[in-house]
Amino acid sequence: MSFIDYFISALFLQAGYNSALVAVGAGLLGLSAGSAGAFIFLRKRALVSDAISHATLPGVGLAFIIMVAFGSDGRWLPGLILGSAISSAIGLLMVEWITRKTRLTEDAAIGAVLSVFFGLGIVLLTVIQSMSSGRQAGLENFLLGSTAGMLISEATTIAIAGALAAAFVFLLRRPMTLVAFDPEYAATTGVNVRNIDLAMMGLALIVTVIGLKIVGLILIVALLIIPPVAARFWTNQVGKMIGIAALVGGLSGYIGAVLSAAEASLPTGPIIVLVAFGFFLISALFSPLRGGLASALRHQRFQRRVHRRQGLLSLARREPIYDGLTIRILRRAGMIRADGVATARGRIAAEKAARDEARWAMARRMLPDDSAIERYDGLTPIERMMTPDQIAEIDRMIQSAQNTAGAKA
Amino acid sequence: MSSAKLVAESGKILDAASKDAPLTVRGLTVSYGNKPAVFSIDASIPVGSMTAIIGPNGAGKSTFLKGALGVVPRLSGEVRIFGKLFEDARDRVAYVPQRASVDWDFPARVIDVVLMGLYGSVGLFRLWRARHREQAMECLERVGMADFAERQIGQLSGGQQQRVFLARALAQNAEFYLLDEPFAGVDAATERAIVSVLKELKTEGRTVVCVHHDLSTVAEYFDRVLLINVRRIAEGPVETTFTAENLQETYGGRLAATHIDELHLA
Repeated sequence: MSFIDYFISALFLQAGYNSALVAVGAGLLGLSAGSAGAFIFLRKRALVSDAISHATLPGVGLAFIIMVAFGSDGRWLPGLILGSAISSAIGLLMVEWITRKTRLTEDAAIGAVLSVFFGLGIVLLTVIQSMSSGRQAGLENFLLGSTAGMLISEATTIAIAGALAAAFVFLLRRPMTLVAFDPEYAATTGVNVRNIDLAMMGLALIVTVIGLKIVGLILIVALLIIPPVAARFWTNQVGKMIGIAALVGGLSGYIGAVLSAAEASLPTGPIIVLVAFGFFLISALFSPLRGGLASALRHQRFQRRVHRRQGLLSLARREPIYDGLTIRILRRAGMIRADGVATARGRIAAEKAARDEARWAMARRMLPDDSAIERYDGLTPIERMMTPDQIAEIDRMIQSAQNTAGAKA
Repeated sequence: MSSAKLVAESGKILDAASKDAPLTVRGLTVSYGNKPAVFSIDASIPVGSMTAIIGPNGAGKSTFLKGALGVVPRLSGEVRIFGKLFEDARDRVAYVPQRASVDWDFPARVIDVVLMGLYGSVGLFRLWRARHREQAMECLERVGMADFAERQIGQLSGGQQQRVFLARALAQNAEFYLLDEPFAGVDAATERAIVSVLKELKTEGRTVVCVHHDLSTVAEYFDRVLLINVRRIAEGPVETTFTAENLQETYGGRLAATHIDELHLA
């Protein structure tokens, strides 16, 4: 079976029970990582989750050594997960403690904790390598993740824990939103900001430890952060953003696991992260809401509207137009002839633009607190934002202002 | 053990003295590092009053509010809200933080921010219902922002952001409103809208406290002042407390005498 055939059959869960379960497990892991990561991203604490993930390594090593000392083979996943959870919880609390009790900033605390824990973990791995039972331990797979030879029980554990973490995110979405947006206000409404922050980091910790086997500790932070960053391009609402982040994370995990199952030499973690990056790239370029392409197009359209308006106002005031872009736009719209003189159509449009300007100017004086004035972008015709009655009133005021000016003259 | 008893006893005295006052503060001290930002401040805010907290930059005006509400930890001092600990009177209080304290690129629409004011009453698990949205829309209506409900908050001007924050506090339907610099950097239309809402609140018998920095509008907007510069300088009705002498003491040399003359004080 070729790589492509295998990939397609695995994508539709047809490549055997085992790899299907691994793919579903990776998908649920991505789902929980994306949704938990959304809040970590909004709270601007992505780096803390990096410290958490690096702090797992000594726990993995110690748990292995302890389990071997008690006569088991040391590779039992729940035991390794428990060990990694304990050591990363200690790392997390140390970051929190250093930030709170000393005058060091959080990034300094993260740097210190991350490197010390990771260094300790590497030392322990080296020690394990020299143990007789450690040579085949495969603990280095926890660095970059590997689904090769994964047990069904392991995949099930990961899938269940991932689903639980995602459910936990859903339950805590309101206090976490409040704390991420406005922690001081949250505190006055009875939200315990410190506990919510710890819960948020606890979720990152759960995602990290259950993701060790599939994504690995070095890259798990990418699965926490890339999905929400990609999701941010598509929506301006927290709820939708979490949903999209969960979807992007889930799809990345699923597709990445399937890809690496199809080609066993591909490391799982990096593949999953690259798939997630693909989603990010598509979002950043093509999202109609905040994507780069749409923004550039919107900006260009807006620039053209501005030039057109300026050109028409110049025509109305019978001033010459020098700006090349303005001339091109008016020419293309049939407003001016090649020699710069206004066409009949141009004269009508110019008159209308001038009238609109005058009406808005009067409206600003008459109704300074009206919401239409606040929403005015400087270009929208007044008919689209005010009622005919309001406009008639504005015209009456302009008329009487002109009359008094005429009388004075 | 003995110090805990002391605090408990002084608390009892404070309780008796302040049964109905929205805010009673004794000896409030808050420090950042080892330098007090506010030191041993006493204050008592009566029901239905509108109080301006006034003082120079760095005088601890915002810190006083945050310390009173437990947003920043207190070094010492006692605070009672309607005669109770803040934890027990929370739902009677609404706080409006400085608008610069949050990131306005947060993914939320105007209506979403106002709905945050209803989190307390909706609870953790229940979903939004039509009446919650209606309530939020009414609050936006009161600050003149109903037409902006669906806007992304990042597209708002500073004044509009401030009004959204006020609408969120209105959604809490509290009896006591504490606002941190609500008039800082806002346009004239916003200032008028906010003042009229605050006066409405007062008419309804609610109590308002604002950190305020524009001395020229104090007498027009407020009926009481609390002058602080780390320590409490004076507190009382505008007519008797907002005097040239007290201002000079609050601001030290930082307030030009000509400026004080322009205020036409009694």
